[in-house]
Amino acid sequence: MNAADKKRLLREMLFARRFEERCYEAYVERKIGGFLHLYPGQEACVHGVMEAARPGHDYVITGYRDHIHAIKCGADPKAVMAELFAKETGSSKGRGGSMHIFDVENHFMGGYALVGGPFPLAAGMAKAIKMKGGDEIAICFLGDAANNQGTFHETLNMAALWKLPVLYVCENNLYGIGTRIDRSTAVIDQSKRVCGYDMPSAQADGQDIEKVMEAAKVAVDHVRGGNGPYFLELLTYRYRGHSMSDSNAYRAKEEEKEWGGRDPIIMLRDRLIEAGEMTKDDYKAMDTEVLDEIENEIIPFAESSPEPKLEELEKYVLAENDPYVLGGAH
Amino acid sequence: MAEIMFWEALRRAHDEELANDPLVIAMGEDIGMAGGTYKATKGLYEKYGPERVIDTPISENGFTGLAIGASFIGVRPIVEIMSVNFAWLALDQIANTAAKVRYMSGGQLEAPVVIRSPGGTAHQLGSQHSARMEKVFMGIAGLRVVTPSNPRQAYGLLKSAVRCNDPVFINEHELMYNMKGEVPDEEYFHPLEGSEVARPGKDVTLFGYNVSVHWCLQAAEVLAREYGIDAEVVDLFALNPLDRAGIRASASKTHRAVVVEEAEAPVGVGSEVMAILNEECFFELDAAPVRVTARNVPIPYNHTLEKAAIPNAKDVVAAVRKMFGK
Repeated sequence: MNAADKKRLLREMLFARRFEERCYEAYVERKIGGFLHLYPGQEACVHGVMEAARPGHDYVITGYRDHIHAIKCGADPKAVMAELFAKETGSSKGRGGSMHIFDVENHFMGGYALVGGPFPLAAGMAKAIKMKGGDEIAICFLGDAANNQGTFHETLNMAALWKLPVLYVCENNLYGIGTRIDRSTAVIDQSKRVCGYDMPSAQADGQDIEKVMEAAKVAVDHVRGGNGPYFLELLTYRYRGHSMSDSNAYRAKEEEKEWGGRDPIIMLRDRLIEAGEMTKDDYKAMDTEVLDEIENEIIPFAESSPEPKLEELEKYVLAENDPYVLGGAH
Repeated sequence: MAEIMFWEALRRAHDEELANDPLVIAMGEDIGMAGGTYKATKGLYEKYGPERVIDTPISENGFTGLAIGASFIGVRPIVEIMSVNFAWLALDQIANTAAKVRYMSGGQLEAPVVIRSPGGTAHQLGSQHSARMEKVFMGIAGLRVVTPSNPRQAYGLLKSAVRCNDPVFINEHELMYNMKGEVPDEEYFHPLEGSEVARPGKDVTLFGYNVSVHWCLQAAEVLAREYGIDAEVVDLFALNPLDRAGIRASASKTHRAVVVEEAEAPVGVGSEVMAILNEECFFELDAAPVRVTARNVPIPYNHTLEKAAIPNAKDVVAAVRKMFGK
């Protein structure tokens, strides 16, 4: 990866961090309602994997910690913020919210709030890709705790049996809501759990974006090459609680300090500075630029956008004017 | 117009839709090589191959979710859930994903998936193979629910369900697959909304669906012959949405209503139809509407108890006689 790409990724990850931090503030200001699950700490996961894949082309699906996945696939951050602000200009027209960001045009097929729900949906998209003969792959990002759902086992079995072009990325942040992995899961090493399905897997450092990209390239090449599914585990950490209603009191300070010292953004920044590719001032300027974009463009757009119309409350429940509802009036 | 069996009507609809669109697939337990427990896909594995007529593992939530995911990007899956009792396991993907994805994506995504499954009480299958789940599905916004009472509807409803862009649940019945009935020789798409008058009458409306339509028709014959009561039978082949206008029209004409269902009374089709009668035509009614339902128990294995747990045509006759004081 050349220096320009590294700097671009640094900016993207920094943008992701600042975007989420701004969401936190907006939530405290009650501009954002509902549940809010933030991504700080895990940025190298989606950025690294999607760098090895084809954003906007490959079909991506994930859980409820989904803002950054959508943006990395090509969603307009303004539309994502407007969705959080529950506006008609939001990515789901204010009907979805934080946990249900969609950008189907960019093949971001949504955030889903049932833990483990996307496993079979991703396999189904892979089945459709295979039938249609395209060169896309399906990529499913979920956390470690999703692997304790039945859908994990049911789907991995089918994906392997039918050699579906799907990549499962497990962002192992060590916690399922507030319960640490060693208190919920018999096998800690998630990449080993897929052995029962004869599926190739790997484990990589999810804090180091270059290592994520390296591991993801092997995974993506395997899947796109028609060799069936692949499972990639990324070891990562979220710097905030599970959601905004989480006091985060269950984690040891030493653990937080240890992972805080492995911040994916700081690691890449320092690497670029050490290599003489950027200065501390360059980084500060980048940060200012990102913050300005959020404050001067994204937030005002979300703030000033209209709310959905009351008379459209029932729109999108069912297809409009579907001829087959009337028995195929054609 | 040929007379064919219910399963043959379903098989014909599968065959035509698989032939019509290469992105239509069928999937479920034993539906491929074995031809389907109820033969709805008999011979189609050989005709369309294992990529399109798919034997699944016994993973109901998993393969239903897989079908829904495939439907996101153009595939039109017809999922068979071997027994509706197993559909409880797939309820997560049906209710949380298929039914909601259009809404929560602001109209960007849709899940045009068909899920067929037989429910109902057959012969001594016990509590866990005798469920009637239509009451569960019909309460889910975003999910269409239809339930055929004859081969013509079975054929035409499946055809329309495959082509419709909404997710559709088709509630079939364990005991109806060998029922014979006329099906048009030409291609036929049955509406997914509305109701049908299965027997016109003027004194009382018997609302039924699926198997209970037949109990209503048998009861109507007895009522006409022995008690001089001319009953109209309305077939509610669509349970979500229910046909408010059709329910109102018939009840406003006969001024009396009985709702007949094989399921338990609480929170069911009968409750819903009675609420609609109340809202739409309370002052048109000459008597309080009545429900004929199953007893509120898990279905017993013992044959005598099983028979006593579910209603039949005699119960319908008795309910109408009581209403008329005859």
